[in-house]
Amino acid sequence: MCENCGALKQRADFSALDPVLDGYVGVRGSLITILQKAQDIYGYLAEETIDYIALRTGTKPAKIFGVATFYAQFRLNPIGKNLIMLCKGTACHVNGADDIEESVIDLLGVRDGETTEDGVFTLNNVACLGCCSLAPVMMIRGTDGEETFGNLTKDKVRAILNDIRARETAVAV
Amino acid sequence: MTATRVVVGQGSCGVASGAKKTTAALEQLIADFGLNIPVEITGCVGNCYLEPIVDVYGADGLQARYVKVQAENASAIVERHLKAGEIADELLISEVDGEFLSHQNRIVLRNAGIINPESIDAYIAVGGYKPAEKVLTSMTSEQVIDEIKVSGLRGRGGAGFPTWFKWDAAAKNDADEKFMVCNADEGDPGAFMDRSVLEGDPHSLLEGMLIGGYAIGATEGVIYVRAEYPLAIKRLELALEQARERGYLGKGIFGTATNFDIRIKAGAGAFVCGEETALIASLEGERGMPRLKPPFPAQKGFWQKPTNINNVETFANVPWIIERGGAAFAAIGTEKSAGTKVFALAGKIKKGGLVEVPMGQPLRDVIFGIGGGIKNDKEFKAVQMGGPSGGCIPAELIDTPVDYENITKTGAIVGSGGMIVMDETTCMVDMARYFLDFTRNESCGKCNYCRVGTKRMLEILERITAGEGRDGDIELLEELAQKIKDGSMCGLGQTAPNPVLTTIRYFRNEFEDHIHNKHCTAHSCRALLTFEITDKCVGCTMCAKNCPVEAISGKPKEQHVIDAEKCIKCGKCESSCKFSAITRD
Repeated sequence: MCENCGALKQRADFSALDPVLDGYVGVRGSLITILQKAQDIYGYLAEETIDYIALRTGTKPAKIFGVATFYAQFRLNPIGKNLIMLCKGTACHVNGADDIEESVIDLLGVRDGETTEDGVFTLNNVACLGCCSLAPVMMIRGTDGEETFGNLTKDKVRAILNDIRARETAVAV
Repeated sequence: MTATRVVVGQGSCGVASGAKKTTAALEQLIADFGLNIPVEITGCVGNCYLEPIVDVYGADGLQARYVKVQAENASAIVERHLKAGEIADELLISEVDGEFLSHQNRIVLRNAGIINPESIDAYIAVGGYKPAEKVLTSMTSEQVIDEIKVSGLRGRGGAGFPTWFKWDAAAKNDADEKFMVCNADEGDPGAFMDRSVLEGDPHSLLEGMLIGGYAIGATEGVIYVRAEYPLAIKRLELALEQARERGYLGKGIFGTATNFDIRIKAGAGAFVCGEETALIASLEGERGMPRLKPPFPAQKGFWQKPTNINNVETFANVPWIIERGGAAFAAIGTEKSAGTKVFALAGKIKKGGLVEVPMGQPLRDVIFGIGGGIKNDKEFKAVQMGGPSGGCIPAELIDTPVDYENITKTGAIVGSGGMIVMDETTCMVDMARYFLDFTRNESCGKCNYCRVGTKRMLEILERITAGEGRDGDIELLEELAQKIKDGSMCGLGQTAPNPVLTTIRYFRNEFEDHIHNKHCTAHSCRALLTFEITDKCVGCTMCAKNCPVEAISGKPKEQHVIDAEKCIKCGKCESSCKFSAITRD
């Protein structure tokens, strides 16, 4: 935010976020909900988004930043079209989640929190997806919603990721 | 044999195993054959290892339970059972697997996997909302709390605090506003019973909250649910809408003066929010950091108003207790741990899933009796209970009765009920490192000992598993553990060292093996492994091709050799060998 006139430095378009803010401005304790909805819209919380929420709600950006960095759900960087949520829960750990993570890293060349250059995949390790009896497990959130894959092996991971990449390339052509 | 309806288990486990495709295939085939049989859905049946599960019902009840029904098997059920009226034997659940459920005593999961979780009528048809009606129209707040006191119900979220005591404290604090909060932020990585209730029987939670809300005089209910459970949130939203429509939530419930409504608040992922005061901070839109108690939430909680927090499983017990009476509940389980407990069996277990048994059953009955023992018939080493706040119970204590007191004596806790089974290939030092990594990550940072201490403990454990352990490391870990316990304000820090302390207590030899012999007893820690090619090798060259550092040499059709100097211990040779010719030590 500009210190002199209060105007936002970026003239980003927040029209999609405005209806959300209209509904929550003045509602106590709604900051996390606002951030969740903002992330749903933009995929992540950009600095200018945080500044805009601060301006509209009268909350200090530092406070919003503090909340956003406290919780695992919030991202400050954009993500790829397909978010791989790789479960690192106890059951998955015992059943070889580290090997699965290694094969995803091998296949995509990205580590936890990173996005592939073509923007197709982002890898995120998560605490537990609650499908422990199917461990090791990952959930992939793409344009058509979420899909959970269980009893993973290195080969299965390769097939799943190749499948998605093939679909994405077909769409692009 | 005429089938009247088909029910497909669509909990998260079922969906992950392909239940949606199975459902679509069944619907398509039924339509193709011109049959008029509805396909319905239900929540988690519990036998997660057998998903997708399809039940076929007739006028007299269940006719057959089919397991592992993928879309391509659906035709067998439709053609033979639904059309011709005969059982499709090859898909039928085996007698042994049938015992997985028959050895259980289901109170919390009484409806999960049976009723349609998206239909309030299905819940009402099994007696749902009758207990709430009884409470609101004919009982006083004291009578409700008394009934819960008689039942002996203790909080199922972890600490096992008597539920009636908390309700009583909240009821006795007068205020213009009071809150009934449900902690559905199942944070223990390895526990999934709350998800199952949310997905499979959401109305039982709403009814439990309504009864509890009435007992403490709450004006509003809030469900704090994990954002990682999208299906649970969807079904809860639907259930809330239906309950409001029927007048079970809102103003003047059951024609009385009671007003009570419930809303959902999606958590944003922080393990520490399982702690009551942290959860309240999060509900208020703040960083989820705990504060000192007192004042307790029953005095000053959400927005400084009297607040009661229970977890999902606790609430799901409540309608049953009201319906059958507190004494009936107290008659189940042990004297100090009444009722049943749901356990999430996972890890190296043959039959993973949800198991609900009376408190006080020996661990052996759960792991070997119901769970069928260890995968691939390996040797049982330990079971981890209580997640990051709990500990590992070794094989020699397999006859420990599962109740709050006895499990606590072992150094673990009942916790939320995760049971991760480990076999001889699980390294206990690595397990300790795994949990410390988790708690270090999840520490909110308020207390120095928790924030810095867990980090230091993790560093030591990482060093040990990397083969750089030093003399005195075990003692240093023990000393740090005690200081973290003493110097932390909330449950997270106070219990964070437990997984390390219990593994040192029962598996000290493994720590010593790592530190002094630079050897991983379970052959699991990468840095300490040596790979060797045995004479089983046929010289197929597969390992040499897969080795990223060209450490493997040998002529085709001759036994290969690994150069230990070059080997980076990645294990790719081992996993690529089709002849099991590569051993690890």
